[in-house]
Amino acid sequence: MAAFRRFRVMPREVPPELVRRIMVVGAMATLGIALLISRLWFLQLIRGDQMRATSENNRIRLTRLPAARGLVYDRYGELLVDNRPSFDVVLVPEDARDRAATLDMLAANLKEPAEELDRRIRAPSRRPPYAGIVVERDVEWDDVVALETHQLELPGVSIQVQPRRTYPHGELASHLLGYVGEASDRELADDPRRRPGDIIGKGGLERVWDEELRGTAGGQQVEVDALGRRVRVLEEVPDVPGDTLILTIDRDLQAFAEQAMGDHRGAFVALDPRNGEILAMVSKPAYDPNWFARGIRASEWRQLTTDPWHPLTNRATQGTFAPGSIFKVAVAAGLLAERVVDRHTHVFCPGGTQFGNRWFRCWNRNGHGSVDLHTGIMQSCDVFFYLSGQRLGIDRLADYVRRFGLGYPTGVALPHEASGIIPDSDWKRRRFDAPWYPGETLSVAIGQGYVTVTPLQMAVVAATIANGGTRFRPQYVKRVEAPDGTLRREIMPEILGFADVDASVLEQVRAGMRDVVMSERGTGKRARVPGIAVAGKTGTAQVVSLNEASGKGGRERTRDHAWFIAYAPAEAPTVAVACLVEHAGGGGGAIAAPIVGQVLERYFHRTVGPAPPPAREVADARH
Amino acid sequence: MPAIDRRLLTHFEWLLPLLVLAVATLGILTIYSATWTPATVGPPALAMRQLAWLGAGVVAMLLATSFDYRRLDHSAYLIYGLCLAALIAVPLVGTVAGGSRRWLRFGPIAVQPSEFMKLGMIVLLAHWFSRSERTHHNLLQVAPALLLVAVPAGLILMQPDLGSAALLTVVSLSMMLMAGVRMRWFVLLAMPLLAVAPFLWGFLKEYQQQRILMFLDPTKDPLGAGYHVIQSTIAVGSGMVWGKGWLKGTQNHLDFLPEEHTDFIFSVFAEERGFVGSCMLMLLYLAIMLRLVVIAVRARDRFGLLLVSGVLATILWQVMVNIGMTTGLLPVVGITLPFMSYGGSSLLCLLFGAGLAMNVSMRRFLF
Repeated sequence: MAAFRRFRVMPREVPPELVRRIMVVGAMATLGIALLISRLWFLQLIRGDQMRATSENNRIRLTRLPAARGLVYDRYGELLVDNRPSFDVVLVPEDARDRAATLDMLAANLKEPAEELDRRIRAPSRRPPYAGIVVERDVEWDDVVALETHQLELPGVSIQVQPRRTYPHGELASHLLGYVGEASDRELADDPRRRPGDIIGKGGLERVWDEELRGTAGGQQVEVDALGRRVRVLEEVPDVPGDTLILTIDRDLQAFAEQAMGDHRGAFVALDPRNGEILAMVSKPAYDPNWFARGIRASEWRQLTTDPWHPLTNRATQGTFAPGSIFKVAVAAGLLAERVVDRHTHVFCPGGTQFGNRWFRCWNRNGHGSVDLHTGIMQSCDVFFYLSGQRLGIDRLADYVRRFGLGYPTGVALPHEASGIIPDSDWKRRRFDAPWYPGETLSVAIGQGYVTVTPLQMAVVAATIANGGTRFRPQYVKRVEAPDGTLRREIMPEILGFADVDASVLEQVRAGMRDVVMSERGTGKRARVPGIAVAGKTGTAQVVSLNEASGKGGRERTRDHAWFIAYAPAEAPTVAVACLVEHAGGGGGAIAAPIVGQVLERYFHRTVGPAPPPAREVADARH
Repeated sequence: MPAIDRRLLTHFEWLLPLLVLAVATLGILTIYSATWTPATVGPPALAMRQLAWLGAGVVAMLLATSFDYRRLDHSAYLIYGLCLAALIAVPLVGTVAGGSRRWLRFGPIAVQPSEFMKLGMIVLLAHWFSRSERTHHNLLQVAPALLLVAVPAGLILMQPDLGSAALLTVVSLSMMLMAGVRMRWFVLLAMPLLAVAPFLWGFLKEYQQQRILMFLDPTKDPLGAGYHVIQSTIAVGSGMVWGKGWLKGTQNHLDFLPEEHTDFIFSVFAEERGFVGSCMLMLLYLAIMLRLVVIAVRARDRFGLLLVSGVLATILWQVMVNIGMTTGLLPVVGITLPFMSYGGSSLLCLLFGAGLAMNVSMRRFLF
């Protein structure tokens, strides 16, 4: 008790006022706790469901697993389009707390300006929250390692492995195969199944057959932490790869034709006249679709789009050119069918003809002398076609050449196919509000004037003459197969129309075409192939629409186009071709015919690669 | 132990320590969950350390009951002076963590003098206001007391620790009110303070300004300053009725919560225990506070009453501000949840404070 002695024992001396005040504090504490409980009531009971959902959204991210696009093979099973794994850098902006710092860090690692990365992040407009944006496609393995080691300093950044399109043969058939790219806002709007960031076909068959090739994206439910780092995969729906396309293209022939074209600009098309299957389709200059597959760089895009020769244009289907003399084979069919000429009709060619106040020149200024239709085709006499074409008249002429498919798209499944122009008096009235002048018919009769065609159209003309008048839709896909190889769809030959002229008419045209190559006096001798009878027609189209004074390169742009169309073997054709060399600076016989000759020789006499295709039985299309 | 009277044992305060230890136990379990990761082997280190502090705190609490609390009345200035000295030592020899200098290190133990200052302040104010017989102090009489508060508050603010400084101030003002100072004097005081508030704004650190701005509209910058409030609210709300279960809070374990074992410990608790658990915790706090009211009212003398009211004010303010902050009712200020948040000094001081209240309770019939 010693310790307490020092204190006086005092009466209880707590004033009632203080007691009152502390009771008030007690009441306030009770009220305060009641307030907090009511807040908890609101958050946990009234808003609980919503808050729980938000917390789930916080931690669960749905990741799309893009499907591998379908593979593409040539007709003999050679792989033309493949996929390979690529490592993409993906950023979820919501997870990058300090976006600027993260971007700087990323930029340093990827050796790219931060502003460029920032621009890519801002680009997609329709992005659901917490969806990743691909910042850089297809980074090097070293960069992948570097980014993985800096994970902690790069919140929101992850590496995604995605199947990436690859074209093992580079530029081979690039215009036909097309290319892929990230769907634009507009393309997203067009198809509700697309998601931002999806890779879709943008050109060629990649675009036309996108539906078959795209497959079905899978998905992953991933748990992430506050920094967006994956903690674990909760659920996974596997992706379904796209279907496989087996083309009618002959890889070896395609490659050979591209090589034969050399540095020329132009187009080359080879068809099977029995069914319309495209064996080769070349357009030069070409581009490497692999540029697009890994995400095209701005400099590369500029290079492709500012190139004056437009490497992205498929000249075979989108390029329209004056046909020149190859047009005469279709005109000849009209002349015979309308009995304007028969096998006995002769015309004298003195090297030109006067019509109205203008002198229409024959290409051979010395003149061909007395010329019938056969010689007219064989030697490509312009005067014969000037005079007989004039008698046929423009409207009948147009009607017959259209029966061979000219003036309309061929119906090939490729984007933006051109239809060319087959003028007649109606067309002139509509187009220029002017009457047709008879002199214009003379130009049209030799494939000049307003006439334009595409190389593919001319290949169809050759095929239609070769097979006796049946016009097939040009096709390049034979079969669609599921990834496991089961057949989904077989594409059958499709007849679009008939020339509807007597068999004897086409026989006479074919005889002329055969002598173009096989006769010593023919213009297309250089297309000869040992052991095979080849029929063809040369063409040299004058480029009149441009005059020499039109700026830089004008000189080259005014040079003639060289054409050659052909089919072989002449008796029972299995291949029909059209070859165009743009601004060749030489005639069809000198420039285009040798290319066709080489390709046909390859086709019939190749010792490497696949044997010539077995002739497929096609019932006579007319019955 | 000559000081132990048999009456002390008969009147031993059982209820208060029971309630306090219940909360502290929940606190350690929650710290366990907040710092646990699937990769952890054994209990997390911070939970174990807090358990050690709890042991020390229980000893301190019993120690606080072992002497006559009126001895504190006599040595109030000495205690205040010691606490102030420690506070002054902080900027000189203190250790830095998280951008501010708040700790004094003694070997493996780091203590936070600002926590002890809160106790010292309570003791001093209880002493200061119990000397006077009058309950209606005028402003001149209160002014020296305000100065005694302002000095340590200023020191703490400079650490910088806005939360602790504000807490020290409001607890002190609350004690003055409970000591009988008239409300009108405070109103009078507050008026010039409000007038200079816009100028004080400039003295706040940028993150302090941000906290206040963000409180006004947290959704304005959901990924920046408002992030913590939103994530904490989501954590609390997503607990729903029964909670996600111990160690199963996703907001907590996936790092969506800031400071999950200190300032935001309640978010972790509410996420994992739900409305039922949270209400029980609220009721435990209410029980502690009401028990303190009862002890204060029954206190033998004015000093005892004020001592207990200081402890009461501390707990009341901290609970209100901390839970208010984690549920999005108040701006984010660094104030911990009593008996729950991780922090040795805080737990030790609070348990010692509870011990003092027990002391007052036990000695209510003694003299």
